[in-house]
Amino acid sequence: MELSIFTILIALVLLLLSPLAGGFITGVDRRLTAWLQSRYGPPLVQPFYDVLKLLGKAPMIVNSWQVLCAYIYLVSAVVALFIFFMQGDLLLIFFVVTVGAVAQVVGAMTVNSPFGQTGAQRELLQMLAYEPLLVMVFVGMAKAAGSFNVSDIMNVEEPLLFSLPLLFIAMVIVMLIKLRKSPFDISSSGHAHQEIVSGVHTDYSGPQLALLEIGHWLEVVLLLGITALFWTSQTTTFIGVILIIVETYFVEILIDNISARMTWKWMLRTSLCTGMVLALVNIFWLYY
Amino acid sequence: MGLLNNLINKSRLKSPWVVHYDCGSCNGCDIEVLACLTPVYDLERFGIVNVGNPKHADVLLVTGTVNKRNKAVLKNIYDQMPEPKAVVAIGTCGMSGGMFRECYNVVGGVDKVIPVDVYVPGCPAKPEAIIDGVVKALELVKAKLEGKAPQSDAAPAEPAEGKPEEPKPEIDAA
Repeated sequence: MELSIFTILIALVLLLLSPLAGGFITGVDRRLTAWLQSRYGPPLVQPFYDVLKLLGKAPMIVNSWQVLCAYIYLVSAVVALFIFFMQGDLLLIFFVVTVGAVAQVVGAMTVNSPFGQTGAQRELLQMLAYEPLLVMVFVGMAKAAGSFNVSDIMNVEEPLLFSLPLLFIAMVIVMLIKLRKSPFDISSSGHAHQEIVSGVHTDYSGPQLALLEIGHWLEVVLLLGITALFWTSQTTTFIGVILIIVETYFVEILIDNISARMTWKWMLRTSLCTGMVLALVNIFWLYY
Repeated sequence: MGLLNNLINKSRLKSPWVVHYDCGSCNGCDIEVLACLTPVYDLERFGIVNVGNPKHADVLLVTGTVNKRNKAVLKNIYDQMPEPKAVVAIGTCGMSGGMFRECYNVVGGVDKVIPVDVYVPGCPAKPEAIIDGVVKALELVKAKLEGKAPQSDAAPAEPAEGKPEEPKPEIDAA
């Protein structure tokens, strides 16, 4: 990775475009979901309306730690994405993203609401389910490309998908949990599920909720970027990379719509057992 | 700042999140409220999302008569919603207490406890009327923000002595 003004400028421009991209992806997500449910759905720019409205609401803050946690979550998403656009270290990105996830849990725990507390516990279990898988994905990428740096992974000779097909499936599971899709949307609900009201987001309102939403958009972009690393190489074209992102995201929405919400025990069993077996088989296959 | 304020005010009309509270309704109006979310009416077209959390909500939909046990709950939910907010009273019971208005445990319509912006009549109210009510409520919010009417977080409506007046419905159920 070479540090120059040019790369930093490019990373900054991409970083500024990311919330726009994330918002539109969320809008497409809602439109596609509506289409799969025989509805018309909201306009494409609906997520922007939502966030702007939330920014304009009167703040209703339960305690100051909650606000701090919302900012930490947003900053961690921004920093992780910046490292990714600077083509930095995947492991560093992983730890920065973890800080944000922990901030979300802490923010929900600072408030004495049973819904927030339950959501926080479930968010911790979700982290337990996806973090080992994400590390395995990064280890597999590093094993195949010879480096944890995004710049080296992007310049491999043939797409990583051919050597890491099973890890790609593990990545789909990670994304299902990270994007709060069914069957793993147990800690916070985006689509009118109200079993624990809105889980970790119960006590956030107005501007703080908007910050969390923008942070989530950035995470969507980051996860799709990591998915794109499975196809980037010296020979692949830009169209191919876009196609793999679109296909993966469509699979996520499809699984979201055809599966019911499951319990956390089922989530741990499925994601850890299936995902870890897939990941380990793939990594052993790379070694021998 | 002017542009941003305009955008935010426009977004307020485009993204009303509703929270629904059943104040002792017979479930007729509640079924109609939830019918709005089905593919037939698809409220999400207008950005309306049913949230279960008053802290996320912009519009409070109340059905049913208010009685002495749940008026504190209704007030609590209203107080937890951040400004700007609007209240829609749905159905004959929500407007005046309906056929239960003279019961010993009934306080009366929703407007005896919290300020109501829009009344949607009907027994039960039609989904079309409820959608229209939410849209009318948002127009009122917009008027409030532009300084044409007082803020709604002043004192709640004073309980009237004796029998409540018949509220004037602002929209047609037909």
